[in-house]
Formats: sequence, C-alpha cells, structure tokens
Amino acid sequence: MGKKLAITGNQALAEAMRQINPDVCAAYPITPSTEIMQRFASFVSDGVVDTELVTVESEHSAMSACIGASAAGGRVMTATSSQGLALMWEMLHIASGMRLPIAMTLVNRALSAPINIHGDHSDGMGSRDCGWIQLYSENAQEAYDNIFQAVRIAEHEDIRLPAMVCMDGFIISHSIESMEFLPDEVIRDFIGEFKPKYPLLDVDKPVTYGPLVLPDFYIEFKRAQHEAINKAKKVTLEVAREFEKISGRSYGLFEPYRLDDAEIAIVLLNSAAGTAKDVVDDFRNKGIRVGLLKPRLFRPFPYEEIAEALGDAKVICVFDRADSFGGFGPMYMEIASAMMAAGSSPLMVNKIYGLGGRDFMPEDAEAVIKEMTGILDTGKTGTLKEYIGVRE
Amino acid sequence: MSTPLRLKELSKKEDLLTGGHRMCAGCGAPIAIRQVLLAADVPLVAANATGCLEVSTTIYPYTAWKIPWIHSAFENAAATISGVEAMYKALKKKGKIDRKIKFIAFGGDGGTYDIGLQSLSGAMERGHDMVYICYDNGAYMNTGIQRSSATPFGANTTTCPAGRVIHGKPQKRKNLTRIMAAHDIPYVAQTTPAHWRDLMTKVRKALEVDGPAFINILAPCNRGWRTPTNNAIELCRIAADTCFWPLYEYENGKLTVNYKPKEKKPVTDFLKTQGRFKHLFSPDSKDLLKQAQENTDHEWDKLLREAACWAEETGTTEEGK
Repeated sequence: MGKKLAITGNQALAEAMRQINPDVCAAYPITPSTEIMQRFASFVSDGVVDTELVTVESEHSAMSACIGASAAGGRVMTATSSQGLALMWEMLHIASGMRLPIAMTLVNRALSAPINIHGDHSDGMGSRDCGWIQLYSENAQEAYDNIFQAVRIAEHEDIRLPAMVCMDGFIISHSIESMEFLPDEVIRDFIGEFKPKYPLLDVDKPVTYGPLVLPDFYIEFKRAQHEAINKAKKVTLEVAREFEKISGRSYGLFEPYRLDDAEIAIVLLNSAAGTAKDVVDDFRNKGIRVGLLKPRLFRPFPYEEIAEALGDAKVICVFDRADSFGGFGPMYMEIASAMMAAGSSPLMVNKIYGLGGRDFMPEDAEAVIKEMTGILDTGKTGTLKEYIGVRE
Repeated sequence: MSTPLRLKELSKKEDLLTGGHRMCAGCGAPIAIRQVLLAADVPLVAANATGCLEVSTTIYPYTAWKIPWIHSAFENAAATISGVEAMYKALKKKGKIDRKIKFIAFGGDGGTYDIGLQSLSGAMERGHDMVYICYDNGAYMNTGIQRSSATPFGANTTTCPAGRVIHGKPQKRKNLTRIMAAHDIPYVAQTTPAHWRDLMTKVRKALEVDGPAFINILAPCNRGWRTPTNNAIELCRIAADTCFWPLYEYENGKLTVNYKPKEKKPVTDFLKTQGRFKHLFSPDSKDLLKQAQENTDHEWDKLLREAACWAEETGTTEEGK
C-alpha cells in the first residue's frame, strides 16, 4: 500500500500531477492554486516528469494552450482558481464543445468584487454550465483520489470531455492533513496510456477542429455533448469501483452520511461536510433523525440517485457556498429539481454560508439543524433562502 | 529539396487551401494564405483566429483545409498553436512522433493587433517554434468593417464613420510589425501578395527558423476598402510604391528594407483608389491628406534610418544583403 504523510491539499495535488506525468501542462499562477503549478514546475525543472510546461501569460491562454495541446493528441492538465477560471470561461465551453479530455484542479475561491482570495464555490458553480465534468472533494485525500479518477472519466471512450476536480481554497489547499499516497506504478497502471482521437499531429490524416456550424447542425453537436456527459454517471461509478481495488477507498456519485432513516437531511459540498458530519453525530446521539448528503459528481448531476437517497426526508436544508443572486443557491436549485422530478415534496430551505472564506463552524451546523427540527414539528418553513454566519 | 520559387514548379504543387471556400470574390486574404502554404515544403499544422478566413473556409460539414487545422476562439490563435507545438515537443521527447512538423497561426488584424495581441506577445516571448501570419485588411471586416488599431488614419469605417465633425479614423495605425520586432525574435517581416516571391521567400525564412517568427501581410478587402473586386494585387503594389506598406524584414534583429521604390509615389495614389478614403479628397480635407502623407513619410524615414544604421554597423551596403 501507499505511504501516509501529513501534507497540504495543494501538495497532494502537485504530487498527483507528478504521478500522472501529463504530456503538457499550461497554467498561470493564481491564489490559492499557485502552489500546485509551482511545485509541479520544480518537478519539470528537476526532470522528475517529462511534461512540457507552458508558462502562459494568462489563464485565457492557459486554457487555449490546453485546447491546442489536447487536440494535438496527448494528456493535458492545468490548475486554477477564481478569477483564473472566470478568465477561462470562454475557453471552458470550447474545450468541452471540442470534446477534449483535459483534467483541471480547481482550488475553489471567491470571485471579485470585492476581491477576496479565500474559499467559496462561486468559481466552480459559475462554470457549471460549461460542459465540464465536475467532481468535488471534502479533503486532500479525496482531491488526490478524484484527480486520477477524473483523468479516467474524461478520457473514457464514451465520454471524451474535460473534467475538473474541486477542493476548498485555503481550508484544504493550505491546511495540513494526514493522507495516503498510492505508489507511482499503481497510478501509472490505473490511468493507463493516453489514447489520442483524431490528433492534429497526424499530418497524414488532416482534421479540422472548430469549424463554423450553423443552425443546420449546431444543435446536433450539443445533443451529442449532452448524451456524452450523461454517460459520465455510469463511468464515474465504474472508475470508482476500479479505484477502490487499488486504494481500498470507495467513492460514489455522492456520499450519504447517516441518511437511511433521516427525517431531516442537510446537503453540503466539500470541506463543510466534514464539519457537519460531527454535528450530525451529536444530534443522532440525542435521538434526532438527521443525516447528510455530500454531492461528489456535480456535473452531470445525479438527479434520480440523489432524489432516492433523500427520499425519506421530510425537511431538507441545502447549504450553498455560492449565490445565484436573485435566485436560490445553485445546489438548492439542483436538489429541488431532483426532488420535484421524483415526485417528492419535502420542505426545503436554502442557507448561503461561508462566502469569501467565512468560517463554517460546528455551531453554524448545529443552529441550522435545530431550526430544521422546528420546521419538522410545525411543517412551516419561513424564509426559504437565508444567509447564515453574517455580521448583522 | 524545397520547390524552387518559380511559377512553373509552384503551379504543380497541391493547393492546401482548396477552391470552393467562401471568401469574397477578389479578397486578398486567401491569395496571401495560398502563397504561404505553397511556400512551405514541410508538413504544417495551423491554428486560425476567428475571422473571415476562419468562418469562410470551414462551414460545416465542409472544410477547405488540407492540413490539420484548429480554430478555438478570436484572441488566442497564438496560444492555441503554442499548445499544439508543446504537445509536439512532448511526444517527440517520448519517441511517439518522429516527423518534422512546423506550426503556423493565421489571424486578421483584429485577432492580431487588438484582441489577440497579449496571446501573440506571450507566445513569441516563450519562444515556441511557430510562424504567426497576420493578414492585415485594416479593420474588423468579418463583423462589418469596424475600425481596428490597424485601420489607417482617416479611413471611413462603421465605427469611425466619416461624419460632419469627425472625418474617419482620427488616430494613426499601430505599427505591429515593429512591435513584434521589439520581441527580439529570430524573424519578423512585412510583405504583400503582389510581391509573391518576396512573400514566399519570407515564409521560407520564417519556417526555417527554430523559434518564433511573425509575418504581416497586407490583404486588401474590397468590401471594406470600397474597391472593385479585380484589383487586390494592384492595390498591394501601390501600397508598397507609396511606402504606405513597406516591405522589410528583421533577421535576428537586423533590419533590411526589401523594396525601395525608384520613385516614391505620393500616398494619395494609394488613398484615391479606395472609397474608404473618398471623404479625404473633399476641398476642406487638405489638412487630413497632408497628415496622411506625413504619417507615411515619418514611418518610412524611420525605417530607412534604422536600416542605414544596420548597414553601417555590419559594413554592408544597404543593397548588399
């Protein structure tokens, strides 16, 4: 088995990239993901990997170079956060529209203005419609495990789409935790050789990437993309089963925590789920039937599976570490869609928390769960969308 | 052995940008691009910025390109091709590819002088083995003749229309070729498709370089210039004869002016051929014409002075290149 080390999230992802040894990386520094590429650059300088590192002049060019490199016919990775992802936004759609299996680590950070370098999910959620597969991670171990699986899912014959692995900025990227690394050869066998499809570098079979597609064909391209990304649910589970064999760690489309007979369910992404699990235990010890659901695969969103997992809950509180101003939080909208489509009608509230890195403390989870017990008793929800942990 | 630059031999080569594409009749851009492709004797992979050339040559399910080609967006042809080139290097290092391939990017003046300048500058500074070809028609022609920083002084465009108060573009155009030379890359040149042997020689030099090269090619647009559809080549010749568009090159930083008209014609000879400058010939626009001539003279003189310095320094006569 692999070795256990105390390490930060960024270090874990840099190490994962070393083990993947992609053909090309193009990246631009941005807090809090900078350290990933910085460490990776040392691997390149020391000849530990044989990657071509393209140190571009912006994130827009980073994704553009990734697109060119991927279409050329090899394995490509990058890392970014926040404004960097926002600057890439145009190119994110082009990467997925061209069906290029680029893998990205997204260290989640708030978006300006006001400028803020700390963790929230505004960047990831803001790119949810870009056609990328999104995997979210609670901690460094999950981020490390997810990136190998993301490479496999993205490059799968039936998928061929880009994938991003998200983890919380600072809370995970810069905090030290104990985690297990897998041996290099195990990773090498798990990810396998990259299989190019229609590579630009095959000059004997010239292909045209990125033509003008008018109304006579455009929607067929998009339909094909829709079908491809939906297949990622099945592939994610297949890849997870294989990953369990090499790691002993099991992954699904989401993680249910004490959800089986729960009357109250809370839904949380990434690091805050870890905090809330302890609080769920406290309430369970008091005999309150509360459970937690932590989504992992956010795109494609596993609507049926999540609706089934939350099926027995009478009250659901969805936490969002991002806002869709003038609407509900993005996660709430997905969960509500899932429940509605499944014919369930639990009482549902939305809590916006932790924006710009505001701490999410056990007391915050506790207060919300208490509030949910009240809703369960009275059958009345009050304000549906509310900010918590705010200085009034 | 490369094909000799003689029409007889060149005419036997396969056209890598096929006919049947949908560029306008009389457009200068495909003439220039076909010359570029004809000059190359090595396999090429191309990236194309959004623009006329891109939309008109790849209307799905058709493509006019017989070489591997990628278009990703407007402002990033240089970054995109730098990714392709990086993958080539990576796969070559790993022994997965052994052929010699060269990399080329095409962009109009909008995608090169303006929105794509940062991406171009970055790619040049990083030293990718690539040739960037700008076909400069002096405005955003694809979206309907809006001004760019390549639009010449006084030109009438849809976003700097000649009106009662403002008489066309009030600013001079940006000298992109010299900006590229300032990157101190191995090869930078400027040419036109009327000077086809000059153009093709420059493309060959650019492709021979191990590193980045940039060529700026004048490409008349009859829609935007308000000219007939049969004189793109003639317009290019007048552009060079008036020194509106000088032919020159920087080889490892050393400047050579490749064409000095025996008799430098007044810039009005160029301006009067085009409807976009028509308003400059009204009786109350004499000052604007004077300004246009001064702008041209200033750039031309600067170029000659710099070329003379190089000639002196290297002990060559200006003609003895």
